[in-house]
Amino acid sequence: MSLKLRIWRQADAADKGSMVTYQLQNVSPDMSFLEMLDVLNERLTLDGEDPVAFDHDCREGICGMCSLVINGIPHGPEKATTTCQLHMRHFSDGQTIDIEPWRAAAFPVVKDLVVDRRAFDKIIQAGGYISAPTGSAPDAHATPVPKADADLAFEAATCIGCGACVAACPNGSGMLFTAAKITHLGLMPQGQPERNTRVIDMINAHDEAGFGGCTNTGECTSVCPKGIPLETISRLNKDYRQALRAAS
Amino acid sequence: MTMTDYYTLGDPVADTKAPDGPIETRWERRRFGAKLVNPANKRKLTVLVVGTGLAGGSAAATLGELGYQVKSYCYQDSPRRAHSIAAQGGINAAKNYRNDGDSVHRLFYDTVKGGDFRSRESNVHRLAQISTQIIDQCVAQGVPFAREYGGLLDTRSFGGAQVSRTFYARGQTGQQLLLGAYQALERQIAAGTVTMHDRHEMLELIIVDGRARGIVVRDLVTGEISTEFADAVVLASGGYGNVFFLSTNAKGCNVTASWRAHRKGALFANPCYTQIHPTCIPVSGDHQSKLTLMSESLRNDGRVWVPKAKGDDRVPADIPEDERDYYLERIYPAFGNLVPRDIASRAAKNVCDEGRGVGPGGLGVYLDFAAAIGRLGRDAVEAKYGNLFEMYERITGEDPYSTPMRIYPAVHYTMGGLWVDYDLQSTIPGLFVIGEANFSDHGANRLGASALMQGLADGYFVLPNTIGDYLAAGPFPKLDGENAEVAEARKLVEDRIEKLLSINGDRTVDSIHRELGRIMWEYCGMERTDAGLRKAISEIRELKAEFWQRAKVPGDGEGLNQSLERAGRVADFFELAELMCIDALHREESCGGHFRAESQTEEGEAERDDERFSYVAAWEFGGDLPVLHKEELTFDYVHPSQRSYK
Ligand SMILES: Cc1cc2nc3c(=O)[nH]c(=O)nc-3n(C[C@H](O)[C@H](O)[C@H](O)COP(=O)(O)OP(=O)(O)OC[C@H]3O[C@@H](n4cnc5c(N)ncnc54)[C@H](O)[C@@H]3O)c2cc1C
Ligand code: SF4
Ligand code: FES
Repeated sequence: MSLKLRIWRQADAADKGSMVTYQLQNVSPDMSFLEMLDVLNERLTLDGEDPVAFDHDCREGICGMCSLVINGIPHGPEKATTTCQLHMRHFSDGQTIDIEPWRAAAFPVVKDLVVDRRAFDKIIQAGGYISAPTGSAPDAHATPVPKADADLAFEAATCIGCGACVAACPNGSGMLFTAAKITHLGLMPQGQPERNTRVIDMINAHDEAGFGGCTNTGECTSVCPKGIPLETISRLNKDYRQALRAAS
Repeated sequence: MTMTDYYTLGDPVADTKAPDGPIETRWERRRFGAKLVNPANKRKLTVLVVGTGLAGGSAAATLGELGYQVKSYCYQDSPRRAHSIAAQGGINAAKNYRNDGDSVHRLFYDTVKGGDFRSRESNVHRLAQISTQIIDQCVAQGVPFAREYGGLLDTRSFGGAQVSRTFYARGQTGQQLLLGAYQALERQIAAGTVTMHDRHEMLELIIVDGRARGIVVRDLVTGEISTEFADAVVLASGGYGNVFFLSTNAKGCNVTASWRAHRKGALFANPCYTQIHPTCIPVSGDHQSKLTLMSESLRNDGRVWVPKAKGDDRVPADIPEDERDYYLERIYPAFGNLVPRDIASRAAKNVCDEGRGVGPGGLGVYLDFAAAIGRLGRDAVEAKYGNLFEMYERITGEDPYSTPMRIYPAVHYTMGGLWVDYDLQSTIPGLFVIGEANFSDHGANRLGASALMQGLADGYFVLPNTIGDYLAAGPFPKLDGENAEVAEARKLVEDRIEKLLSINGDRTVDSIHRELGRIMWEYCGMERTDAGLRKAISEIRELKAEFWQRAKVPGDGEGLNQSLERAGRVADFFELAELMCIDALHREESCGGHFRAESQTEEGEAERDDERFSYVAAWEFGGDLPVLHKEELTFDYVHPSQRSYK
């Protein structure tokens, strides 16, 4: 099939940037979206133009590195699918496709489609862990964990830290990401001692890193490739209130 | 050409750090014998850790906890994205929670045997001992392992083991373990003991007065080259499967960090030992950029077959039962579809070579669930494999409930790596190597669920104990950019970047890498022959020359330039590829993942030659003429035997 691609080009963080149009022929429906961009980049390289910079690594939906807004939707039109798992058979011959980077105050553009997501690491640094220095652990069976809790914690822990939730949010909020970690650790018995400080510190870090507040629009969960549900944010809010009460 | 045209023979090497005496107490005795660093001195010692996967992430966090000054590096935008994140199946540990006869000794035994008697007993035994602590550590960090209704940890049996010792977190064990290590690392970053340098690539090792004292890195965003100094350097930079271009590795996985160290004197051990995984989704066209693994667990219920007749291109539903060849069940009646990875892979290659492969290019075999669906019902099959079926459909657009999956082997893991002693120190003092980047524990073949175990054993428990013995002699003299050896390392990097950017040829780096991958896959893949390897070496040399004349690397070194990053990695893959083929050529036996067609039994099974090849091949860099150093292997606890799965 042949496609008309409109791609965001921006030389570096300081550049203003603009959409640039490219025609691409002979796209196979079996290609992944990123393989389609590989083909474009091969051509640009041979034509002496600067290839399009985009982030990716595992190309199997787990590292969280790929990050494209495709026709206005973070990770594109397929539900529960990262950009790297999206295949061209979901597009049609002659279609125009807009490709843009994540746009959020906390994620500045580095170049073209590449953004800086280190603000997420800052949130984890503030408390997204259980303090368990190496060597200090009791036997793994010392504390049984109810299966239901372990399963729920696992669901929340599958967040890949891609940032689509932030890109989709009209406020640029990182609340779904933060809530996923709060939920994961808060459900495990090992996570209890730090539960109150964790939620307060992580939310403070979230706000300081330039993310917006959450107004429950739910856009985040609808684009989340791992289907992290909105209830995780309710859990976070509950934990937050409880922590504030405990602190006062 | 005779063998001596390919390499020369050097002095033997020995692992001088492993204590002898009873194997059960060797690790304890080594720890007791190792010098300690006094706590006040740790603050004055700097350690660089390259890589943030299971090995590097766990090591950096633990060294930070101990009080060292740690600097951590990765090429991705966050340490959480290292390729360990993609591991699916699980992690082994000799907990014996099932009371099914497992023990440290059994895990040790299985690993030595699984490695086809090409690994060191001392190392493997230590790995098995530490395995139990890893699970404790990860649970304490809140890793959400699968649990049973009683709240205790669930396990499964994996990769042909007869006991149930694999701990898992659905199909995302690597992700959950890595996030545990990542979170411990971020905690240390917040505490100020570790500084993180993401989007930084190590391009050279700095050696001063014979010791590894630092690295040269490029900031991938600004293009800035800087020199970083330390008292010791740890490489945890992962495996090199991407030398084949197509593999299950992430696109950025590379050999550069290891190779640069190798060029500076670190021996590279057993480079040809490659694991090829039998159940991956086949290539769909020339655009293919990577291959996706389908969990091996599928072989528990799927039946592997191809048409009996050559070139039969009917759709699978139109091929009647008696015209199908369930070849694994036919050749290996005892193990059937569950034969080990290398055997299943080679069998698939053989039927495809006979012209009976299915799908595009005839490079695929069917993995059919019709019988399982008939026997267990669709719902039961969905409950077990639903997410895998979905993943398959997403990639291929075919529904595996109604038509058989197509699978084909793909490069998955590299057992070879930089040579290390029992302390995980390379032949360069002060350079330690952990995780998939070293060669240490898996011999010629790695068992399923053992890489995660090894990465975490190295990072959490082994290295933090052994590195102190070396660092006790530090801090070493202060360095700066004026030092001749430092300036030289930096210049090497700058010159190479300039050289890559100035070729300005007419071929893209990817197109050349793809061609290199084809040569490697054809001649140094599932089956290797003397003639094929010789041919490969000369083709690689020609292509390497072509790369340096015709590659086109656009842009400059001044900012984010992904083409330049790739070009540097491919340049190193060329040199590695040559060494892999030379190693494969010299090893005139079959063992584990290394199958030499000339060395097989009458039934076509791999035949080891312990008389001649019971050693680790540790290669010294020598350009076109590497030098082979042999480390003899001795087996005092597990007696070498020939594998049989008939
Ligand atoms: C698809 C897949 C599934 C697997 N499933 C399993 C399983 O179920 N069980 C199991 O035991 N094993 C499994 N394995 C194998 C296992 O995942 C790996 O061997 C292991 O995770 C490697 O860990 P590592 O820490 O050594 O390296 P990696 O996790 O690959 O980390 C390498 C690190 O080095 C950094 N790096 C590399 N080069 C440079 C450089 N030049 N400069 C700076 N940084 C650099 C990277 O940024 C990264 O942080 C699987 C592997 C794959 C590919
Ligand atoms: S919550 Fe979902 S969208 Fe947000 S970072 Fe995690 S996986 Fe990505
Ligand atoms: S590239 Fe890893 S999730 Fe898309």
